[in-house]
Amino acid sequence: MRKTLFDKVWDAHVVDTIENGPQILYIDKHLIHEVTSPQAFAELEERNIPIARPDKIVATADHNTPTINQHLPIKDELSRKQLEQLTANCEKNNITLYGLGHENNGIVHVIAPELGITQPGMTMVCGDSHTSTHGAFGTIAFGIGTSQVAQVFASQCLLLRKPKKMRVNVNGKLNKGVLPKDVILYIISKLGTNSGTGYFCEYAGNVFEEMSMEGRMTVCNMSIEMGARGGMIAPDETTFEYVNGKEFAPKGDDFDEKVAYWKTLVTDNDAVFDKEYSFDAIDIKPMLTYGTNPGMGINVTENIPSENSESFEKSLNYMNFKKGESLIDKQINYVFIGSCTNSRIEDFRVAANYIQGKQKAQNVNAWLVPGSQKVAKQIQEEGLQTIFESAGFELREPGCSACLAMNDDKIPEGEYCVSTSNRNFEGRQGQGARTILASPLMAAATAVEGKIIDITKNLN
Amino acid sequence: MEKFVKLVDTAIPLSTENIDTDQIIPARFLKATDKKGFGDNVFRDWRFHKDGTVNQDFVLNDERFKGSILVAGDNFGCGSSREHAAWALVGYGFKVIVSSFFADIFKGNALNNGLLPVQVSEEYLKSLLNLIQTNPKTRVTIDLENQFISSEIGKAAFEIDPYKKLCMINGYDDIDFLISKKEKITAFEAENY
Ligand code: SF4
Repeated sequence: MRKTLFDKVWDAHVVDTIENGPQILYIDKHLIHEVTSPQAFAELEERNIPIARPDKIVATADHNTPTINQHLPIKDELSRKQLEQLTANCEKNNITLYGLGHENNGIVHVIAPELGITQPGMTMVCGDSHTSTHGAFGTIAFGIGTSQVAQVFASQCLLLRKPKKMRVNVNGKLNKGVLPKDVILYIISKLGTNSGTGYFCEYAGNVFEEMSMEGRMTVCNMSIEMGARGGMIAPDETTFEYVNGKEFAPKGDDFDEKVAYWKTLVTDNDAVFDKEYSFDAIDIKPMLTYGTNPGMGINVTENIPSENSESFEKSLNYMNFKKGESLIDKQINYVFIGSCTNSRIEDFRVAANYIQGKQKAQNVNAWLVPGSQKVAKQIQEEGLQTIFESAGFELREPGCSACLAMNDDKIPEGEYCVSTSNRNFEGRQGQGARTILASPLMAAATAVEGKIIDITKNLN
Repeated sequence: MEKFVKLVDTAIPLSTENIDTDQIIPARFLKATDKKGFGDNVFRDWRFHKDGTVNQDFVLNDERFKGSILVAGDNFGCGSSREHAAWALVGYGFKVIVSSFFADIFKGNALNNGLLPVQVSEEYLKSLLNLIQTNPKTRVTIDLENQFISSEIGKAAFEIDPYKKLCMINGYDDIDFLISKKEKITAFEAENY
């Protein structure tokens, strides 16, 4: 039978198949962070089971970390304890940790690709749903629960049933001002938040082929928001070029050998998917969400739809929006550019490019939070920092920050935040906070105007 | 893990759809480093007002409804992969969640913690919610061995992965199983890496 990209990578990692049951899947890389690992370490310790392959685990501190004064002791006691626990667990078990202040520190899904830890054809897991990000490399990468973190600790394997396969094709030429974030928000708005449940999704078509690795990561990152376990894009020259020379990437002949294998990781011509969708790039415009799940998205020129259901009304009520109204001209007091969806250098370049020569609106608090120390350094080296600071933006230190508001970066109750993150759930960015998901360009424009504008008009 | 074969109990109706893991256990409670205590904060922001007073309108605070079965609206458990959501539900005392749809990761997490997700049709769910709302004393049977749920509105079959079913019934988990396969795994590593 003809195989898809997903089949090829999956099948290469199956250790054994249990009759009538799941398969044992071998895991190449296991990423961990402070929030979802402590209980797994504790479980193994209680049961007296050693960690099977500490050399295949990489740890970072990101969720709880402050984004100002990272050199000072963490004030929040619980956060500090969780981070101390991570350090102790890693030391005890010989696990590489890029802790706070380390030059490789940052959001787990930002650092692994930029260090060359993420490579095509791998299986990767992390106790974090946005592990799907790494699928941009043609990697099977997905989020797992803490029990599964413990399973991988104990055996470097997981017991899983092979998910079904879907493909989303987007072809054509993207409109001006439409970024990868808009493409994925558009797809989710069309397909809904559980269209991908039970599936692994491959993104295909010239739109993805022409995207940078960073753009592909933005897309794959949000696969989980349509319910899919993960997303994948076939590795190509763009991928190989990105991986080449990265700290942990294979070198020399080893690299060439790998590339020869990676080139085979494409879906065969007549391979069959369980379901398939196709979209036309021309239909995609800059997107915004108006509700409390990422599927509730419209393009900036559209009005909020009218739907009569309890959940829909509850959602609009939370957002304090009305059916049928436009989001244009809504006053916005908070803007967040960051999170594993959009905190890579390209995102900040896009923002800086728009902001250059302009000023942040008076009413806006604009937070820029790089995804990693490396990105932070690049921002400085490329002179973007000066642009941001002279425009009145607040550039912070790396971490998850206001994406989930586990640290002090919270959006106050009732306030709107135009955010480049991936989730607009109730309270996600702080109790009572109202999140509007958008691209870094829309976010930058909102910060400059102090309200939502139709960016397409400015670009033409 | 506790064994689960069959359960007969009253149920709590929570008809809201798309209940995500941030509602089940808000992120600010994720800072603990053990599994205990999450039950106290399950649905925290729905159970309590911001000033800390009890929200009497929320179903878990409604005296009429009790039981270890939660009957919830469509697409339960969407959102993050945090297993804390399953721990919180288990910690609060739930043994079964009935819904017409479950998010993938949540389902796996639930099963790994002895919490049984029972997926029924939308019609069955609607009638069941109705039935419990009109008669809170309704007893619901969950028979894992024979894979059905039954109540006054009738019987409905549900699906479960046969391997997971075996684990639930015997109270053992994936780690025990994987460790028993150590040899195969080592052989695979030797051959492929
Ligand atoms: S940035 Fe947000 S979505 Fe990404 S890993 Fe951190 S908390 Fe999760």
